Amino acid sequence: MGAIDFFRRPFFWIILAFSAIFALAPAVNGNVQLREALVLAAIYITLASNLNLMIGYAGYVNFGSIVFFGLGGYIGVFLISAQGWNPMAAALVAGIAVCGMALIFGLGILRLRGPYFALATIGVNEVVRAFVTNFEPWGGSSGIYISTISYQSLGGPRQALWTIFFLLVGVMALSLLLSYAIKISKFGLGLLAIGQNEDAASVLGVPTPFYKALAYSASAFLPAIAGCLYFFKSAFIQPVDAFDLGFSVEVIVMVMLGGQGTVTGAALGAFLYEELRGWLLVSDTFSNFQLVIAGLLLLVIVAFAPGGIMGWVHRYLPWTRKLLE
Amino acid sequence: MLGLLASIVDGILVGTVYGMAAMGLTLIWGVMNVINLSHGALIVAGMFGLFLLSQAFGLSPYLSVVPMLVVGFVGGVALYWIAVHRTIGRPPLMSLLSTFAVNMMLIGLGTAIWGTSLFNVEVSLPGLSFGGYTFPGTHLMAAALTCVIAVLLYGFLQYTKPGKAIRAVSGNREAAELVGIPTRRVLAMAFGLGAALACVSGTLIATMFPFTVLAGSSYQLKSFVVTVLGGLGNPAGALLGGIALGLVEGLATPFMPVSWTSIIEFALFIVVLIAFPRGLFSFIFKRS
Repeated sequence: MGAIDFFRRPFFWIILAFSAIFALAPAVNGNVQLREALVLAAIYITLASNLNLMIGYAGYVNFGSIVFFGLGGYIGVFLISAQGWNPMAAALVAGIAVCGMALIFGLGILRLRGPYFALATIGVNEVVRAFVTNFEPWGGSSGIYISTISYQSLGGPRQALWTIFFLLVGVMALSLLLSYAIKISKFGLGLLAIGQNEDAASVLGVPTPFYKALAYSASAFLPAIAGCLYFFKSAFIQPVDAFDLGFSVEVIVMVMLGGQGTVTGAALGAFLYEELRGWLLVSDTFSNFQLVIAGLLLLVIVAFAPGGIMGWVHRYLPWTRKLLE
Repeated sequence: MLGLLASIVDGILVGTVYGMAAMGLTLIWGVMNVINLSHGALIVAGMFGLFLLSQAFGLSPYLSVVPMLVVGFVGGVALYWIAVHRTIGRPPLMSLLSTFAVNMMLIGLGTAIWGTSLFNVEVSLPGLSFGGYTFPGTHLMAAALTCVIAVLLYGFLQYTKPGKAIRAVSGNREAAELVGIPTRRVLAMAFGLGAALACVSGTLIATMFPFTVLAGSSYQLKSFVVTVLGGLGNPAGALLGGIALGLVEGLATPFMPVSWTSIIEFALFIVVLIAFPRGLFSFIFKRS
């Protein structure tokens, strides 16, 4: 299976087309509102697709996946504001650094199975958050502010917002492509085998510890970059937002809603949940109930439709299986 | 030196209550292999239950323990049938997610009703003075009540028929079904019991410290640390683990700012999970 096979598959082109439309929609008439909504959607889709690598493929629930997003944000923002780095370079370095840290953390906690692993990921998030809250060079509990000077390298604040949008759409497209590429590769096959029955996979020759560590750190890379870009755009980062466990769980809801293990599912779930969340936050009756509704949704999905929306679609419309993976 | 000793003793007192909270968690885990991620919400329910009972009915705080036990039990049984029942036997991810979903719903409702402000229940109880240090009466009373409840729990599990049924189901569910034990009902009862313990521990914590709706998550994580220290499914280990955690907290608080204690707890949590998956005290008890 070579690279050419990848380009022949229809889904690859669907991802590209989707990302192009995503990027161009607000750009065509400079619609700032749409851009802002799509920035959030791009981030959610990025986070959900990368989380899917662990939950959907390898079957390991990462409850604290937000730690990659937050750490990427902190490293990036620190490099930009305190060290005066170019934002794009900072984002790349943040991604690589978090990827490396994930590899180290992962080697430790990936020995644990199922629920123990899930609890350990919560622990990792909380340790990092507690550490950052006490770490004065990174602003402690008050966080870091970015002054407008930092936006000059991208042509000023207004232009920078558009550049960041396009970069985020690029990161989203890369996440979707990465998920898909992994899914159809030997690595992905190994991960899926691990998800089905880890011991059998190991006995049959799948290098389980290596694959798990690779999946875990791969799932950290793009969210870290997204985190750097997002918090750079917000001009402000603090521990309570960067390592918000509740948001981490909302990403799990997105993956489950759309259909774990499918690339389309992660994107669909992220998109639908973002709409739902936006609507809930604005509506008077439900604004405080956002997490209650999310919880209810999760409960219903787990009890009655664990395959999520794409699970249902793949079951009743079999022709979509190869088209919308 | 005396100050450190006083801090340790106080830590142990508070630790017993953490131990009781963890007993609920470990019981559920041991019996049905479900990690109850709504544990924190149940603790908060206990806290607010105390608040409501003492405010609305002017009930003495320690008298509220009994009604909170009942409320916790009933709530737990309801929770079992709503969220946990369908996930038994399915991959553990499902029960994790469904109990977490319940947690989200309960905490969401809590914040909608009570917001995130600090609540406090005034409990005046004379403390015990010893060499210039006073141990708060509330801490002593809470530790004492915890010991009473722990003994009652032990008696229940060892000597009563439902207790034995719980132990049978946690040992081997299929065998228990074969001898005619109604396992579904036993699972519901075990969940109710675990929830009741969580609830009452919340009530006792509320007599000692102020609380918010969001405090549940930190106590839930403390419960996880204790459960992992004591070995899963081992209520006696949970109590010992709670005391151990209280000891660690008592040792740490004089030397570092309060916010660092949580880092130590979580780091301890990860280390124990990786190095001692069967718990620090598992080698004491022969149970598997």
